[in-house]
Amino acid sequence: MSLRIVVCVKYVPDATGDRHFAEDLTVDRDDVDGLLSELDEYAVEQALQIADEADDAEITVLTVGPEDAKDALRKALSMGADKAVHVEDDDLHGTDALGTSLVLAKAVEKTGYDLVICGMASTDGTMGVLPALLAERLGVPQVTLLSEVSVEDGVVKGRRDGDTASEQLEASLPAVVSVTDQSGEARYPSFKGIMAAKKKPVTSWDLEDLEIEADEVGLEGAWTAVDGATERPARTAGTIVKDEGEGGKQLAAFLAERKFV
Amino acid sequence: MAEVLVYVDHVDGAVRKPTLELLTLARRIGEPVAVALGNGAADTAATLAEHGAAKVLTHDAPEYADYLVVPKVDALQAAYKAVSPAAVLVPSSAEGKEIAARLAVRIDSGIITDAIDLESGDEGPVATQSVFAAAFTTKSRVSKGTPVITVKPNAAAVEAAPAAGAVEALEVSFSEQATGTKVTARTPRESTGRPELTEAAIVVSGGRGVGGAENFPIVEALADSLGAAVGASRAAVDAGWYPHTNQVGQTGKSVSPQLYIATGISGAIQHRAGMQTSKTIVAINKDAEAPIFDLVDYGVVGDLFEVVPQLTEEIEARKG
Ligand SMILES: Cc1cc2nc3c(=O)[nH]c(=O)nc-3n(C[C@H](O)[C@H](O)[C@H](O)COP(=O)(O)OP(=O)(O)OC[C@H]3O[C@@H](n4cnc5c(N)ncnc54)[C@H](O)[C@@H]3O)c2cc1C
Ligand SMILES: Nc1ncnc2c1ncn2[C@@H]1O[C@H](COP(=O)(O)O)[C@@H](O)[C@H]1O
Repeated sequence: MSLRIVVCVKYVPDATGDRHFAEDLTVDRDDVDGLLSELDEYAVEQALQIADEADDAEITVLTVGPEDAKDALRKALSMGADKAVHVEDDDLHGTDALGTSLVLAKAVEKTGYDLVICGMASTDGTMGVLPALLAERLGVPQVTLLSEVSVEDGVVKGRRDGDTASEQLEASLPAVVSVTDQSGEARYPSFKGIMAAKKKPVTSWDLEDLEIEADEVGLEGAWTAVDGATERPARTAGTIVKDEGEGGKQLAAFLAERKFV
Repeated sequence: MAEVLVYVDHVDGAVRKPTLELLTLARRIGEPVAVALGNGAADTAATLAEHGAAKVLTHDAPEYADYLVVPKVDALQAAYKAVSPAAVLVPSSAEGKEIAARLAVRIDSGIITDAIDLESGDEGPVATQSVFAAAFTTKSRVSKGTPVITVKPNAAAVEAAPAAGAVEALEVSFSEQATGTKVTARTPRESTGRPELTEAAIVVSGGRGVGGAENFPIVEALADSLGAAVGASRAAVDAGWYPHTNQVGQTGKSVSPQLYIATGISGAIQHRAGMQTSKTIVAINKDAEAPIFDLVDYGVVGDLFEVVPQLTEEIEARKG
């Protein structure tokens, strides 16, 4: 039977751009170019490698996001994924992590899955909790933050490099996996891949398709509220000296003055 | 007074510093009740009591070491049921965030991650977060359910505040999911004898400018003269010069020490994301145009192979 892989990818504002908040304190997506979160490219890459090893596999990329989020899906399709699902609904504006996990869980279930692969964190929200939230909602094992992953005979195995130890993990499918940027460079889409992606199916679902009520998500339904955002004051210009042979000593004097020495 | 659950991060009974910082923050909201799980759980009580824990709920079972995350969620949920707290605070480690997230789903509560400060407010605790690579500071609160908040290391000072710290055994029955992800092997990290990167008061980091693994001892010598932890940029880690556990930045550790010294690091946005909230920032870089100099309190434009050894020598001399 075919191994059904769903890769969750997020469309995010470019981190090297000048990111801001909109008036309602949600992330401003108008002023900065968006792209497929770089950390989710690693998830797509591992999905492609797992599919290569399997006898028969199908990769669906899934995103919850605005109209432009299709760009992220196209990129993933051009890397080699087979089809895409885009969950899009005006009522999703302002959805927080708990809400997003609810939508992703319903969409993953509707798609049908054996393995869900996520990135380690989104490059805008950087919470790194979605995979755990999703596993909890789906009621399946979480095998997260892997720097190495493989699937064989319905079992997913991987290595998790933690703070205090490196662990080998193992779980039966279905499961939710997340991979780190240590899992291996993501491939660039080939010209052929880019052309092929144009013909691959992208399904759009709204909240009704997923049987989710509008008040369960969005700003109104959010479990958290942002009350204020302030731009960090620019650091006051520091002292910069050119080393003329005494740079180390000058720096030591500065550290001593600040009582670090 | 309302009780606040504090999840204890410890290694075989030795409480890690971020948990003590959590107790400081918890006392601003209510009376801290600590939850310590796994091997050595009961041994944490004395330290926790010294820092304000009114109660310490403990439980040990092989499941905590043999399976990933979920057994701890089951236990924290049991503590939640027993206490009905005003908030649940968890250290912002990778595992801490996952435990907190799953608890939030189970108790239908909002979650805030990576708080750098916490105050009590009219509508519940208010968390400060640093976002967009520390370009913005936000104030947030949980608007549904019991606030579940994970807090970054160095968010508050560790304070002595003696309390009862009465140890109580927590009753835990594990869920069906608890044994879903098996830990089949574990290799503990070797200790370097240096402070923990995320907890250190001073961090000295090396980047691509260090030029090779064989040169990192120059960075380490400076770190040792200051009693500092050693960090590295992703470029240095990807080149295999230094372990990934020492990486500072978006996909590595986020640090907020009193002093951060960057040597041979350009200051890319993803690196800044992990160090920009450091109190004092110093850089040594031979390129006067490097973006890291926009952040510094003190910068030396020069060759690190000249400047760093001279700095180390001068620090050693001043220490006498
Ligand atoms: C999704 C994503 C996540 C990332 N996560 C991280 C992360 O967590 N942490 C991280 O650090 N990066 C991260 N990066 C990478 C980041 O974009 C940069 O590529 C990286 O930080 C560069 O490292 P560097 O400053 O050491 O190297 P470079 O940018 O190459 O800078 C080296 C610097 O050393 C200086 N130099 C060279 N020789 C000397 C000398 N002899 N003396 C003094 N100075 C010298 C040079 O002038 C230069 O400024 C991430 C990137 C992406 C896309
Ligand atoms: N809106 C979204 N659509 C699809 N996947 C997402 C979305 N948000 C987060 N994810 C997935 O969850 C991972 C962790 O995200 P986060 O918890 O937001 O840091 C990401 O790397 C993605 O794989």
